[in-house]
Amino acid sequence: MRELHVAKLTSTISLLFQEACHRLPNDVVDALRSARDREESGASRDILDKLLENAELAPREMIPLCQDTGLAVVFIELGQDVHLVGGDLRDAVDEGVRQGYAEGYLRTSVVCRPFTARVNTGDNTPSDIWVEIVSGESVKISVLPKGAGSENMSRLMVLTPAMGREGVIDYVASVVDEAGGNPCPPLIVGVGIGGTTEKTMMMAKKALLRPVGQPSADEENAALERDILERINGLGVGTLGYGGTVTALAIHVESFPCHIASLPVAVNLQCHSARRGVAVI
Amino acid sequence: MEQARRITLPFTDEIVRGLRAGDRLLLSGTLYVARDAAHKRMFEALDRGDPLPFDISGATIYFMGPSPARPGRPMGAGGPTTASRMDPYSPRLVALGLKAMIGKGTRSAAVREALREHNAVFLGGIGGAGALLSKSVESSEVVAYDDLGPEALRRLTVKDLPVTVIDDATGRDLYEEGRARYRTIGRAHTH
Repeated sequence: MRELHVAKLTSTISLLFQEACHRLPNDVVDALRSARDREESGASRDILDKLLENAELAPREMIPLCQDTGLAVVFIELGQDVHLVGGDLRDAVDEGVRQGYAEGYLRTSVVCRPFTARVNTGDNTPSDIWVEIVSGESVKISVLPKGAGSENMSRLMVLTPAMGREGVIDYVASVVDEAGGNPCPPLIVGVGIGGTTEKTMMMAKKALLRPVGQPSADEENAALERDILERINGLGVGTLGYGGTVTALAIHVESFPCHIASLPVAVNLQCHSARRGVAVI
Repeated sequence: MEQARRITLPFTDEIVRGLRAGDRLLLSGTLYVARDAAHKRMFEALDRGDPLPFDISGATIYFMGPSPARPGRPMGAGGPTTASRMDPYSPRLVALGLKAMIGKGTRSAAVREALREHNAVFLGGIGGAGALLSKSVESSEVVAYDDLGPEALRRLTVKDLPVTVIDDATGRDLYEEGRARYRTIGRAHTH
């Protein structure tokens, strides 16, 4: 049994959000460069150049990559041999978000009541915390500062089993098609297939943590990722919806067994400013 | 591709009339920043018969909510937010003389109709380039609704802010035209 003070989680989470909001991961920058090289539309290429310039400028001048520094999504894989001491886990996570957003001059984007008093909570809490108990005695923290532009266009639908693989491709493509320029393409498309409705959306969201373009380890899922990508890049949406041959940088599929009567599919869209951070304590 | 055209704000009717979907512009001058909550407040003011906090005639509104400024800087990151959330508000403001809006994403038929009727435009900012776009901002001040925090109504002075014409006053739309040009497949059937 390893003892770990929750203050360590607080400081780690604070730094992860500040770093994530200022520095685009290398795999995302590489994917944008590659998109720029193969994009046929001059208008989209012009914007991709500016996005690459933005990615370089943000960490150098310490300006957030995007003003929407997101709702703070935090995934914690907690080793079952870790004993957290010194306070409540959720309080410690929220404190990390509070500190990180204040110290990093990140925008606070949370309102306290969804459909009545939409008053800003002022510190970007409460955060969206997901804890999973895993084996071992380390703690893995993954953060996603998730902006609303892409989150608002995310969708879930339970297909009938008869709709099968083609139905999944059609549905995912239709979500991206209808989203158009709203979610700031080129996108990373997280796709969850199977499980229950909550399980499938969680898979779609977690799929966004995977390095961009790293294929699924499951061969069937990897083949599906290729086919969905080809379909989506034929939609013509392009960068920011200005028209083009690159609408998605990557498709990340996760799947899980499901009920005999169900084929749930969740699509969680990630904008080109695909910010994320990970640390293992 | 054609060079971006430099425009000094405010927009005149003549300049707006000459703009076409896909044109790239560099804007300099004064514009106003407002998003969801500030639009709601402006509507409440109009409903009460009160004046708006700024002269809307000929004005440009930027749909944006900046991140906080670091000390010594006019503003933090600032790029466009999704414009469709302002669709319920925009036609009335366009009828009052609003000439241009900067945002991102598809506008409603009612907004596009208002643009045609009143000779106004919807411009696309570069979504997700908040750091780069902040370099075009020379000054930023809160004009009203300070209590809304990142959603306060602001006046910005910008220099060479890059935008692209999405919806022009003749009814053309860059999203439709761009997508049609590069689309290689039919519309998906489900959904």
